[in-house]
Amino acid sequence: MARMVTTQRKVISTVAAWLAGFLIFFPILWMVLASFKTELEAFAIPPSFLFFHWTLENYITVQERSDYVHHAVNSIIIAGGSTLIAMLIAIPAAWSMAFSPTRRTKDTLLWMLSTKMMPPVGVLVPIYLIYRNFGLLDTRAGLIFILCLGNLPIVIWMLFTYFKEIPKDILEAARMDGATIGRELVYVLTPMAVPGLASTLLLNLILAWNEAFWTLNLSTLEAAPLTVFIASYSSPEGLFWAKLSAASTLAIAPILVLGWFSQRQLVRGLTFGAVK
Amino acid sequence: MATQQTQLLARTLLTPAVALLFIWMIVPLALTVYFSTLHYNLLDPGSEQFVGLENFRYFLTDPAFLASLQNTLVLVGSVLAITIVVGVPLALLLDQQVVGLSIVRLMVIAPFFVMPTVSALVWKNLLMHPVSGLFAWLAKLLGLTPIDWFNDVPLLSVILIIAWQWLPFATLILLTALQSLDEEQKEAAEMDGASAISTFIYITLPHLARPITVVILIETIFLLTVFAEIFVTTGGGPGLQTTNIAFLIYSQALIQYDVGSASAGGLVAVVIANIVAFFLVRIVGRNLEA
Repeated sequence: MARMVTTQRKVISTVAAWLAGFLIFFPILWMVLASFKTELEAFAIPPSFLFFHWTLENYITVQERSDYVHHAVNSIIIAGGSTLIAMLIAIPAAWSMAFSPTRRTKDTLLWMLSTKMMPPVGVLVPIYLIYRNFGLLDTRAGLIFILCLGNLPIVIWMLFTYFKEIPKDILEAARMDGATIGRELVYVLTPMAVPGLASTLLLNLILAWNEAFWTLNLSTLEAAPLTVFIASYSSPEGLFWAKLSAASTLAIAPILVLGWFSQRQLVRGLTFGAVK
Repeated sequence: MATQQTQLLARTLLTPAVALLFIWMIVPLALTVYFSTLHYNLLDPGSEQFVGLENFRYFLTDPAFLASLQNTLVLVGSVLAITIVVGVPLALLLDQQVVGLSIVRLMVIAPFFVMPTVSALVWKNLLMHPVSGLFAWLAKLLGLTPIDWFNDVPLLSVILIIAWQWLPFATLILLTALQSLDEEQKEAAEMDGASAISTFIYITLPHLARPITVVILIETIFLLTVFAEIFVTTGGGPGLQTTNIAFLIYSQALIQYDVGSASAGGLVAVVIANIVAFFLVRIVGRNLEA
């Protein structure tokens, strides 16, 4: 029997929840609004909320003056590349640990998790020097490599928890029918694993897109993704709010959409299966 | 039954990941240890020499270290406190029957997907600017004196921005946990005449103990190394007021080019993170058994 919920209580919680949601979302909304204002209106006091002269000028200027597309392409290549490579390395590893576990599997998993605990700043110096000596500073390849390694433990963990849920009986049935391990992997497991693969891909794309320690420290211009591009707005203080807002809106819009799709997997991925 | 062939294959498939992570963990860390024992400044090449633990002595007795350690602890502690104290009631609210819940949930979770450089700059300029920011306008509207956020309370400003980013994470995890709470248990309590408050204290809160622990540990790991938000808003200042350990090491490495001291600092950061990691790994490990 469901709990009785009085209408009055429902109204109160609805109003409270919408109010809380609106307050939390407001900074993003305010930024999006500012991106359609002129620079003057963007820092006018009193601020105009909806009744201002709506313009697309900022979006055009951001591209013309600072080559937004260049940095967006960098973001796509770096986030996409690092995620794909991490998946390619992680799928076999997670498959192996989920379906042929040994006595050491648990320790291996926990050890992988512990590599994620290492603060990046602890290895900033050697990574920076290695990158400098090998000419990897400000290159996409360098960033792809480091983001891939940084996210690899999370990718393996997420995939492992998804693979774990695939019933083993199915594998045995396939084996009885004489399927080789290769065929088993391609025709039996992969289709069942697609939802898990998709959400792992999505979450790691988001994490890589928003990564702002290595990207800020290892890239300046050529390979700079959107995180670094936006950071460049921090110097001329207070001058270009509308343009900052337009650039920011463009930078977060795609990931906000992806993020909303993956919110359920987020909990699982970021808590390493400790909360489901 | 796993045949020998399967086992061999399983090991082969696992090897690349293990090898890569092993190299990723060992090589830079070994180099950090090595550099930390050297006098090594990039501006003064060729002067490298072994100095033992001198860098650690220098780093740990540097007043900047104590200041940044304190800032780190205040930052981590405050953000944790805010996200949990606000997150628990928020999760409870979203667990009620709410019209349009899916939209509310999207709004609540949105800040988590905003890249750190964007949230920091939007808050700093559009909201917290002492003259043209929205907060200043609101303050004047209410007849108060606007706060010059990044000059008067720089650390608090950074804390607010980061708490805004992490509140969705805490809320979402707590909400997920609440939804797995047995509805019948709450009903039974209500039938026995338990008040809403005692239901919360004796049933809901104990159920949330574990997810809260998980939130604390995971947030701590990320919060210990907050960097971008400080980098784009205050640059660690004014003075050292918003310099945390991560930023201090960054500035020693890439501004002062003091490789030796930054490496020693890096190791200190690793040790601090490992203390937290130890507990998190134990909790996650216990879950693996189940």
